[in-house]
Amino acid sequence: MDQATVKQSRYGMAIDLDRCTGCGACLMACAVENNVSPGRPTVNERTGTTWMRVIEVQDGRAFPAAETAFIPMMCQQCEEETPCVSVCPQNAVEVDPETGIVGQIPQRCLGCRYCMTACPYHARYYNWWDPQWPEGMEKALNPDVAPRMRGVVEKCNFCHGRLHDARAKAAAKGSREINPTDYIPACVESCPVQAITFGDLNDEAADVARQAKSERAFRFLSRLGTEPKVYYLSGRSWVQRLADRELARSKKETVHG
Amino acid sequence: MIKKGSPGFWSGFGVALVIGWLAFPRILYRSLEQPVQFSHAIHTGETVGMTCDGCHTFSNDGRFAGIPTLVQCAGCHADVVGETEAEEHFVKEYIKQRREVPWHVYARQPDNAHFSHADHVNVGGIVCERCHGSHGTSGSLRPFEENRISGYSRDIWGANISGVKSNAWEGMKMNDCVACHNENNHRSACLDCHK
Repeated sequence: MDQATVKQSRYGMAIDLDRCTGCGACLMACAVENNVSPGRPTVNERTGTTWMRVIEVQDGRAFPAAETAFIPMMCQQCEEETPCVSVCPQNAVEVDPETGIVGQIPQRCLGCRYCMTACPYHARYYNWWDPQWPEGMEKALNPDVAPRMRGVVEKCNFCHGRLHDARAKAAAKGSREINPTDYIPACVESCPVQAITFGDLNDEAADVARQAKSERAFRFLSRLGTEPKVYYLSGRSWVQRLADRELARSKKETVHG
Repeated sequence: MIKKGSPGFWSGFGVALVIGWLAFPRILYRSLEQPVQFSHAIHTGETVGMTCDGCHTFSNDGRFAGIPTLVQCAGCHADVVGETEAEEHFVKEYIKQRREVPWHVYARQPDNAHFSHADHVNVGGIVCERCHGSHGTSGSLRPFEENRISGYSRDIWGANISGVKSNAWEGMKMNDCVACHNENNHRSACLDCHK
């Protein structure tokens, strides 16, 4: 019954960049799952909201030899010295010790956007307006995720609403341990080429733990020492070399929804 | 200036107290009658003998049905079976017209709160009465008190405007959740209960 009997998880992701075709299905699935409203006509890269971006990068060579890679980028769920947690004056961000997920509590957020400045991945978004959905679309909102209001920051939380569902499903059978197949984030589920693997990094048998140890695996900006839990995989050396570069400004982002 | 302890001070103090404790709650909350007068006592009493989970069911995936829909009521009440005026009204206005009853839900939490009945009942072993008190044996539905500003039920803050409570059903604020979780050493990350 007490907390000590609950397994400590470290949820993480492995994204295979050699498989990703940049189709953007993950972006849409994410926005639908998490009630991210379509941007207003005037939004740009700076003012739009999307928990996930797909960044296009090129190796810089001329046409016939040119290579392109697409990098799905969302909150990297930093485990150590989590930048957004350490700067938040409101205690509105925390790393859940039980799951390793970095949680953002919009109701506590005062909108100072310090966390957005601190985040090395530009994975946080500020609501410049109250969310608006085209008429009729509000009926399709996900009841497991509360929409955010104007003036607060939001970001990916590995579809935490789905973890709630998985826990409820386990509880229906009287258990506190979820079935790992019940908790899969929307982006992972929607990827047509199965480029994204999700699971518990602490579970050695999990696919994601095995992939994270692969020699193709790397993490973006790992030199900062924040121990992100999203791993990327690529066999291409020029893609691997991007790991230490600032990517966010390299190509336009999809923010119009 | 009025000196502390003078009659002027005490009368002002008294007026402030009356406003704060008596007038303010009346201004803050408005009272709404439920659309149908439902008696839990008749349904759970000896003649019918239903249990809480007879209507307030769980589905296999752990979702809690909350207030039952018309379909469940219509199982018995396709036609008027009792003698009360309330039932006649219910059958005529809702069952016959296949219109769901727009209940005011006393225990409805704000949008951003996640509460799993399955977790608390199946795993935690908490009985309904621990949080819902004697609601299951009440003879009538009390008026729903709605906060004019937030639209939340008064049950969230609790009937006592000072926030002091001695039973779980007298207030369902975040602090009340946290207090019980801390006492029992349960999950306490923000996202465990927020969505």
